[in-house]
Amino acid sequence: MQQHSAPASDPTKAPGAPTTPVGSRSPAVTPARGPTGSASGSSFTPLQDFEGTITPSDLHFEVHHAGVPTIDPAKHTLLVHGLVDRPLLFSLGDLKRFPQVTRTCFIECAGNGVLAWHNGPFGKPDPGLTPQQVAGMTSNSEWTGVPLKIVLDEAGVSRRAKWFLAEGGDACLMARSIPLEKAYDDALIAWAQNGEAIRPEQGFPMRLLLPGWEGSASVKWLRRIELGTRPWMTRWETATYTDPLANGTARQFSFEMDARSIITTPAHPETIAPGWRRISGLAWSGRGRIARVEVSTDSGLTWSNARLEEPVRSKAHTRFTHMWKWEGGETVIYSRAADETGYVQPTRAELIRVRGAGTQYHFNPVYGWRVLPNGRVFFYGAT
Amino acid sequence: MLVSLYGGCRSGGGGAGTREPKRHYGLGSSATAADIATRDVDVAPDGEGLPPGHGTPNEGQGIYARQCASCHGTRGEGKPPLYPQLVGRDSIAEGFRFGKDPRLSKTIGNYWPYATTVFDYVRRAMPLDAPGSLTSDEVYAVTAYLLSANRIIPAEATLDSATLAAVTMPYVDRFVNDDRHGGREVR
Repeated sequence: MQQHSAPASDPTKAPGAPTTPVGSRSPAVTPARGPTGSASGSSFTPLQDFEGTITPSDLHFEVHHAGVPTIDPAKHTLLVHGLVDRPLLFSLGDLKRFPQVTRTCFIECAGNGVLAWHNGPFGKPDPGLTPQQVAGMTSNSEWTGVPLKIVLDEAGVSRRAKWFLAEGGDACLMARSIPLEKAYDDALIAWAQNGEAIRPEQGFPMRLLLPGWEGSASVKWLRRIELGTRPWMTRWETATYTDPLANGTARQFSFEMDARSIITTPAHPETIAPGWRRISGLAWSGRGRIARVEVSTDSGLTWSNARLEEPVRSKAHTRFTHMWKWEGGETVIYSRAADETGYVQPTRAELIRVRGAGTQYHFNPVYGWRVLPNGRVFFYGAT
Repeated sequence: MLVSLYGGCRSGGGGAGTREPKRHYGLGSSATAADIATRDVDVAPDGEGLPPGHGTPNEGQGIYARQCASCHGTRGEGKPPLYPQLVGRDSIAEGFRFGKDPRLSKTIGNYWPYATTVFDYVRRAMPLDAPGSLTSDEVYAVTAYLLSANRIIPAEATLDSATLAAVTMPYVDRFVNDDRHGGREVR
């Protein structure tokens, strides 16, 4: 039998470690984004490793279009120009002098769910997918910044302006056209994430934040806002981030994220034991609050309302839980979200019917986890 | 006095005619014409923002071979998924059938709705290892080459601010605004 060292076997018999400038996770806990290493790709957040609703900042999902720029915050400025009375430059310090707001909301990539959707669109999606792979391009943070309308009013927006272009300071000058209504609704220029400066991967030193809208429109490393009369039709709102439909058209400016949910435990690759256990997951909608989440533990025959953990915030991840006594038989467990507009998360078959199997982006179907008699759990995507 | 009140601003929801006083904080500094000119690189479908200059498909072919082909292939066939296919008008993908078949590859010729987007994107972001390094003439030439290879413009065409803005892409009419509004209906 192997001998354990004294501190590991009994931490009450020796002094513990001293204080440190920056904390770290227990070595026993190793959540990780993946896949990593690509400058113009994405890394998914490990949804199955989280509790509550806040995504730890260092595990926020990433999508970059030309890598993460290194920006000196002392030199970075935001230019506001175009159809304004006074073109202005704002430093980070300037923006921090304005009134600020703090709100919790999700950012979700329009392509979230692409692996589950396109991995066998004419057959059965891969049963080996994990929550991270199925829906790991969404993250939920507390963001702090200045309402965009305050900054725009400082420059004086012309009545002719209907759109603005938001441009980032990365190597592709990533840019999106945004309807001006969003600026006067709930858009922020954010500089803080979960109580500290935004991380470089999330747009340091400042980013646009458009609650409830597809993540690519919340332009990171924000360096320029131009007011204009019509959209600019950048690559990221034409060649990409448009949704081809079965009727031979493609949807453009499909900003709002439809309501969806995912059970994060039990899920692949867990193995569960018979008896009582908690089913837990996340639900969210880009159009407001989650109204209810229904859970089925009998392959969709019957559904019951899950408990929503308070507070249920608009355009934010909401944690749902449901107690379940597994008797040991084979079954599929599902979750189905509904939001305050009355929208109910559809099945995959319903989405294929209205959009087509070849559609891209905004994949939000009900998905399940198949539980085998031996307790092993696999992704079930053919809903 | 830093703080003053003025009217005439837009109000919530963008409704016309409503006025509410907005506080003016006097923050930020005036942007000069030079500040704006160095950053304002965008190009719109109506041609606004296109710089002086010109280029032909013939000139662009050489630039493409030197600056683009190592990633996007000698004939624009791409190396998906990292380096997209740029050129392609084959009959299988033609007809905008992307919604039905996810295996179809989108190219400039069979998908992109605006020719100005090619210029805008190349000027912003390409080549990958040296974005912003091409001259305006070179960007016009590469754009001309890609449009010609996609059979959008003739091989003998010359692109400048007027002729590029006049190009109509084959499938521009297929792009429709978002019609999802929440509520009971799934769209």
